[in-house]
Amino acid sequence: MAEALKVPTMAEYMAEGKKPEVLFWVGCAGSFDDRAKKITKAFVKLLHQAGVDFAVLGTEESCTGDPAKRAGNEFLFQMQAATNIEVLNGYEIKKVVTACPHCFNTLKNEYPSLGGNYEVMHHTQFLKALLNEGRLKVEGGKFKGKKITFHDPCYLGRANNEYEAPRDLLRKLEVELVEMRKCKKEGLCCGAGGGQMFKEPEPGNKDVNIERTEQALEVNPEIIAAGCPFCNTMMTDGVKGKDKEDSVAVIDVAELIANAEDL
Amino acid sequence: MQIIAQILFAIALVAGIVFFARNVKRLIRNIKLGKEVDRTDNPGERFAKMARIAMGQSKMVRRPLAGALHIIVYLGFIIINIEVLEIIIDGIFGTHRILSFLGGFYNVLIAAFEILAFLVLVGVILFWTRRNVSRIKRFWNREMKGWPKNDANNILYFEMVLMVLFLTMNAADYQLQLNGATHYTSEAGIIGSFPVSQFLLPLLDGLSNSTLIIIERIAWWAHILGILFFLNYLYYSKHLHILLAFPNVYYSKLTPQGKLDNLEAVKKEVELMMDPNADPFAAPAEGEEEEEPEKFGASDVFDLNQVQLLNAYTCTECGRCTSECPANQTGKKLSPRKIMMDTRDRLEEVGEIINKNGKYEDDGRQLLDDYILREELWACTTCNACVEACPVGIDPLSIILDMRRYLVMEQSAAPNELAIAMTNIENNGAPWPYNQMDRLNWAKEK
Ligand code: SF4
Ligand code: SF4
Repeated sequence: MAEALKVPTMAEYMAEGKKPEVLFWVGCAGSFDDRAKKITKAFVKLLHQAGVDFAVLGTEESCTGDPAKRAGNEFLFQMQAATNIEVLNGYEIKKVVTACPHCFNTLKNEYPSLGGNYEVMHHTQFLKALLNEGRLKVEGGKFKGKKITFHDPCYLGRANNEYEAPRDLLRKLEVELVEMRKCKKEGLCCGAGGGQMFKEPEPGNKDVNIERTEQALEVNPEIIAAGCPFCNTMMTDGVKGKDKEDSVAVIDVAELIANAEDL
Repeated sequence: MQIIAQILFAIALVAGIVFFARNVKRLIRNIKLGKEVDRTDNPGERFAKMARIAMGQSKMVRRPLAGALHIIVYLGFIIINIEVLEIIIDGIFGTHRILSFLGGFYNVLIAAFEILAFLVLVGVILFWTRRNVSRIKRFWNREMKGWPKNDANNILYFEMVLMVLFLTMNAADYQLQLNGATHYTSEAGIIGSFPVSQFLLPLLDGLSNSTLIIIERIAWWAHILGILFFLNYLYYSKHLHILLAFPNVYYSKLTPQGKLDNLEAVKKEVELMMDPNADPFAAPAEGEEEEEPEKFGASDVFDLNQVQLLNAYTCTECGRCTSECPANQTGKKLSPRKIMMDTRDRLEEVGEIINKNGKYEDDGRQLLDDYILREELWACTTCNACVEACPVGIDPLSIILDMRRYLVMEQSAAPNELAIAMTNIENNGAPWPYNQMDRLNWAKEK
């Protein structure tokens, strides 16, 4: 990875009088969190590989307001939404893809009644669509036969009923997909949602991410696949907490696909 | 003698129904203390959901054993109540098995009731065992002490007694018919078919007709009075769900679980703030009354909406929500079941004040702090596991969110770290203290 990635912004597109096929909404974690930035880059590589004409908002992007809303600050959420919608509508955005289920849920479900109507996809859904259209090839590379379990992000799964897109992609990688005791509709949260990511947990006898990591370790995976930057952090910490970081990796579905072919 | 029994029966029946109607009125009055919310959209889809989840119990069977037992008890309970229709007619008119003109079909009915009664009995005994002997964890949480625990067992004892009475009544009746006792015997021969209670006959062996009649009458009376009592016990019990599960599922949220409502009151304010032409200090236009600023979020039951209050009355206290809750599983105080029980208990407290004074007078108590603790509210990850788990379509998360809204927007009482994250979002567009201008730096980093 010597050269920097090519990541066009909407402002650049606008200056050239062009419109991209899709806007990639990077999100706060994807922009600033060191671990999540790797997911962002992996996804960008896949977009390039599939020849997708995309752009990002760059410095014009701002937090969707999800953590504020779920912490009870509806006011701040709606301010964020209004600002973002103004930018998005200004660029006449029609289609948005994001690698963060929280951004995905907020943009898809909560922005419309505030004036922001877009077709919004989670990156696993988008990748699956590329695969179906024959634009992206996903096949067993490095991870073929590896034992992988997928941790459902609450805001992709229960919140929006998408359980199959990430699993379909993993199957295409010809991995040995194993399910945890609690999965899909009954999947256990990683502990980050609702603003918990940004605060210490209330007193209890365990951290939620440890409980979830234990459930994942029960099935002896080599890799815990994730679809959310926050879940990724939580599960990575959980695996470290269980002293398993040498044998179990936590990797986003997009990274798995990109790394399978050493992109 | 006969006529006195008929009169007594009519009095009991009317009293039972009047008392029940009074409770229903109170229930509706209390629910209406909440804010109105429009859930009249998509009646077809709502009806289908109700058919699936409330009638079809599709969520109950996610736990196969409990689900199967519950379906038996539920079906048994409903079907056996057809028999109550006959009991009421017999009671008023002093007849004996009035529906027996149905002939062969009647025998099938009675046989089916008997088998169901037996299955219900077995089901209820197993339920009791799970609760009290196997001590399934979700029945022993903190909030399940005292009345909630007794209530659950009361109902089980109650159903056991009702079923035993029903079968005893049939057994005595059958024996009386076999003995050819007047009033019990019909020219058509034996009426009814008694596949279960026939096995009780040896117990009645050698008893005189008059003793049998006393047994039959006691069982008959105790059974019907028991049912009238049960009807009126409902209001004080988690068993309200047998009635409320239906409207509750009907009015439940149809949109994706992840979609939380956008507060209308906030929408207006944000529009004003974003509108460069609006003058925030403008006096209200002529003739327009200055509105009282709306309270954001919920600190008491009055601030919740009517569906949330209906939710509270519908809760069966089954604890499926709590056992799926990540916060509760890891020892935090939060229990979504307790959120629902607290809401109901506070609503009942308010209702009692209205019963006494004719209207609500501030009792210096509220749902927040006096019932639901902040520590509980802040432990929620908004994961929706509780909503998904609830077999009757209750949404504990919506109450948690409304109470957080009150804490944050009316009290500025968010936990410190959350307040910092929110300040960051406000100032630099991300929950962490990074500069918005650095948002694309990742693309240049190697
Ligand atoms: S949404 Fe909140 S209360 Fe409900 S299960 Fe998740 S953490 Fe528990
Ligand atoms: S809210 Fe639903 S799942 Fe929770 S205890 Fe009540 S009925 Fe059971």
